[in-house]
Amino acid sequence: MTLGSLEIVKPGLLTSIQDLGRFGHQALGVPVAGPMDAFSLRLANQLVGNDADAATLEVTLIGPEVLFDAETTVAIVGAVFEGTCDGRAIPMGASFAVHPGQRLKFGRVVQGARAYLAIAGGILTEAVLGSRATHLVSQMGGLTGRALSPGDRLPVLARPAARPSRKAFGLTLPTGGRARLRVVPGPQDDWFDADALKALTTVSFRISPRSNRMGYRLEGPPLARAREGELISEPVGMGAIQVPGAGEPILLMADRQTAGGYPKIAHVISADLPLAGQLAPGDFVEFILCTRQEAIAALIARERQLLRYAVMKDAS
Amino acid sequence: MKIRECGDSMLLVEFDPVIDPIVNARVIALASRLRDRRARGVRDVAPGYCTVGVHFDPLQTDLRALEQAIAEDANALEDGAEASPRSPIEIAVRYGGDEGPDLEAVAAHAGCSPAEVIERHTARTYRVYMLGFVPGFAYLGRVDGSIAMARHRVPRERVPAGSVGIAGEQTGVYPVSSPGGWQLIGRTSCVMFDASRPTPSLLLPGDLVRFVPAVDRVR
Repeated sequence: MTLGSLEIVKPGLLTSIQDLGRFGHQALGVPVAGPMDAFSLRLANQLVGNDADAATLEVTLIGPEVLFDAETTVAIVGAVFEGTCDGRAIPMGASFAVHPGQRLKFGRVVQGARAYLAIAGGILTEAVLGSRATHLVSQMGGLTGRALSPGDRLPVLARPAARPSRKAFGLTLPTGGRARLRVVPGPQDDWFDADALKALTTVSFRISPRSNRMGYRLEGPPLARAREGELISEPVGMGAIQVPGAGEPILLMADRQTAGGYPKIAHVISADLPLAGQLAPGDFVEFILCTRQEAIAALIARERQLLRYAVMKDAS
Repeated sequence: MKIRECGDSMLLVEFDPVIDPIVNARVIALASRLRDRRARGVRDVAPGYCTVGVHFDPLQTDLRALEQAIAEDANALEDGAEASPRSPIEIAVRYGGDEGPDLEAVAAHAGCSPAEVIERHTARTYRVYMLGFVPGFAYLGRVDGSIAMARHRVPRERVPAGSVGIAGEQTGVYPVSSPGGWQLIGRTSCVMFDASRPTPSLLLPGDLVRFVPAVDRVR
């Protein structure tokens, strides 16, 4: 197998290298990073025969234009983009062949916010602390820890293209810019007014323009605290809904810090985090209470969905 | 000790909610024991000031067994001082000037001279309570109450790497250039974090730290 490359001709709005994230170093303050929509990343990798944690490109709202100098197999999964390869429309949610000199152009996003471009063999930039995921604030992973820019060349494997896959049934994307996310309360729901959890789960919140890969600021009625002050800073996870003093909640996403001092009223369940990753500023979100048992059942259903598209590893 | 569920993929082990060296030593010891177990499904164990976050894959983890393991390990912790007190790590700081633009403000806050702020900042041995914010950022406590100035209301968009700051009773060093709201009193050339080193972070939870004025450029 020989090495080829993928050149970023136009980077789009925010294109970064992501794998499943950098776990195991949060004690050193190393954020996990990784995909905003892990389900779509895993499905994209599966369609091209990669391991689940192979590095992909995460593209955001305005996709990039990339140039291949090698033959390989790729798949785009997640948000639906209009896209062309040398002028021909390309399929979303299925693998297809690319050949040396071909240009893959992402057009307008039709639905959702983020898609994953997986390439057979993965993107082979250097791993940092066991992961190739880009963390923008700490400038770690990916390509010198930054969003990709014109002229960047990413190492990939050149290998004979596999037969195109059938179209996979992926995530049900937000429609009309609205999504429902299930939450379980806690761990500090007792820091809030009795009405706060009710407000969180009855009102639509708008994703603020001041949102990014670290977190979504949620515009809506302020969630009133039953007690003042801040927590002593403690470890936090993706999906936590933390509430600063002014009452505007923040949903912590992929690039969250490892710890925080704001009380957390609830957590979005793991099964619904991929859908959260498909929201953009200006979209609306509703939160629905569920139990831990429902959360686990929903996650098992997601895993089953992935298993349906398990493909034989390309032997080439 | 109390265990709380945080969503479906994290447990938070809570000790007494205080910033205290003895509680923090228990936190660090528990995190270390849990990590050493290499329990199936556990992705990461992160100690805080007085809490331990246990991140796990809900489909690979027996939650009840994990909670039981945490309870066992917490019960087995010994009270008292850490087994091997470490000698302080010295960090040389160039105080004031362009590299410590808030030194004067901290002096005004404390009602003393900038030189006295430096004296008070260098007089104490600090403990690394936890790391967070960005890789290698250590939260050090506690600073002398007189120089414990609150952070800026509006954070700076860019704080240079190596900047030494104060935020209330905490002090710390920015490992990389990043946004930040701490009162900046100086800068160090120490590399706080380098992923290519065998131990990437200069400071680890439980370490002791002393700041010393850099000899070449004392202002």
